[in-house]
Amino acid sequence: MKSWLVHHLHVMQFTLRRLRTTPVSSLLNVLVIGVALSLPTGGYILLQNVQGLSDKLVGSPQLSVFLSMNTSQDEISRYSKQLEQQDAIARVEFVPREKALQQLQQSTGLVDVTGGLTQNPLPHAFILYPKSNDPLVLEKLRDELKKWPKFEHVQLDSAWARKLEAMLKFGRLAVLILAILLSFALVAITFNTIRLQILTQREEIEVSKLIGASNSFIRRPFLYFGLVQGLLGGSAAWLIVTISLTLLNANMAELTLLYESNFSLHHLSSGDSLTLLLFSAYLGWLGALLSVTQHLWKIDTH
Amino acid sequence: MISFKNVSKRYPGGYAALKNINFEVTAGEMVFLTGHSGAGKSTMLKLIAAIERPNGGTVLVNGENIGKIKSGAVPYLRRNLGLIFQDHKLLFDRNLFDNVMLPLQIAGFDYREAAKRVRAALDKVGLLKREKASPISLSGGEQQRLCIARAIVNRPSILLADEPTGNLDAESANSILEIFKSFHQVGATLLISTHDESILKLYKGRSLTLKHGELQA
Repeated sequence: MKSWLVHHLHVMQFTLRRLRTTPVSSLLNVLVIGVALSLPTGGYILLQNVQGLSDKLVGSPQLSVFLSMNTSQDEISRYSKQLEQQDAIARVEFVPREKALQQLQQSTGLVDVTGGLTQNPLPHAFILYPKSNDPLVLEKLRDELKKWPKFEHVQLDSAWARKLEAMLKFGRLAVLILAILLSFALVAITFNTIRLQILTQREEIEVSKLIGASNSFIRRPFLYFGLVQGLLGGSAAWLIVTISLTLLNANMAELTLLYESNFSLHHLSSGDSLTLLLFSAYLGWLGALLSVTQHLWKIDTH
Repeated sequence: MISFKNVSKRYPGGYAALKNINFEVTAGEMVFLTGHSGAGKSTMLKLIAAIERPNGGTVLVNGENIGKIKSGAVPYLRRNLGLIFQDHKLLFDRNLFDNVMLPLQIAGFDYREAAKRVRAALDKVGLLKREKASPISLSGGEQQRLCIARAIVNRPSILLADEPTGNLDAESANSILEIFKSFHQVGATLLISTHDESILKLYKGRSLTLKHGELQA
């Protein structure tokens, strides 16, 4: 058991030494793997950020009812009571047109633009919080409310969120395809690296076989090499994504300041980071295994 | 230890390298295998080390039937053999010490115990002082001695040498034969192929002669 452990440690040292003896090609390989993996990883984290944003905005669906401009105060209080009596609606909030204008000025920082207006172009509005989240129920409610007199426009605020969701779904599929394709690339890169190593070490492999090395003994250093190279490539991808997000956030701060918001992109979670590293290490190992199995077989029959 | 019964070996293309070979080598024997080049000496040694498989008959080595041995068991068979090659098959990317260390690494030895054995083996062939050198700096005779050190470091019961003195001058050849003799004296079984008749005159032991793939009486 102990000698087995020592042997594995020895192989590991040997692998790292081999990486160091060809620093330029090792570095390039790691970089290529890093770039390849950073593309789907970066896409994934951006989508996740957008997803988080849409979740925050569409926490609970709302219906906005815009009244026609000639609605009187009496009518408003009547409608308010009638809306509150509806079973489907949990809460009703009335937004008078003056307050709506104020909010617009505050939230978008468009004081200069709205200040130039001679009169308030905004109508009175109700914001309705329905009990259900089901889009079908909501659409039915919207269609019903549309029939009420003086209800000029009824808008289901989650409609755009559903469009966004559909787009996100599309984006996720694109990232998945990219990830699969680039995983193949990673396996291919490792396959080729190991193939070259086997060619240059053909003599050592042959001699080792002649003096009693088992196939697994010969395979081991190559598998370690693939594993380590994959792991380093994954680390490079992690660095690329993390540095890019940091740079984007620095620029975003300037942008969001102008829009008076404090949105920032969040980084890869520790779970996602670990998955990335394990996955890249696994792919490296797999590429090495395929390569070694194929080429050792050739040496065997030779 | 080694026995051939009605063994034949044909290579792809139909060339018959060995025809109906019968002989036995018992434990502790030192046997020379002679014959012209192309007589089948190397093929015979390759069959014993399971580098080639026989087409007919049975080859028994340490009780293992080479014709039927599973490929997974071949490495363990070879760890009990010491192979000495005419072209040495040394690794030039590492020093003498690491070359001799290789079989022990393969067998999974504890490093400290292995290092002791490596030095003992290097000492036996007179190369201990140069353990840090690269094999490229050695003469032909020294390279052959290094190959022997690598073959014996595992303390195998059988040593197989294929033309060990093939490219060497008389003096180097003699020193190598002296080393073999010392192994014979401590009980190892040796099978040494050579086309050099003068060696047989110096070491009057048992010898087998091959001619066109057949054993001469």
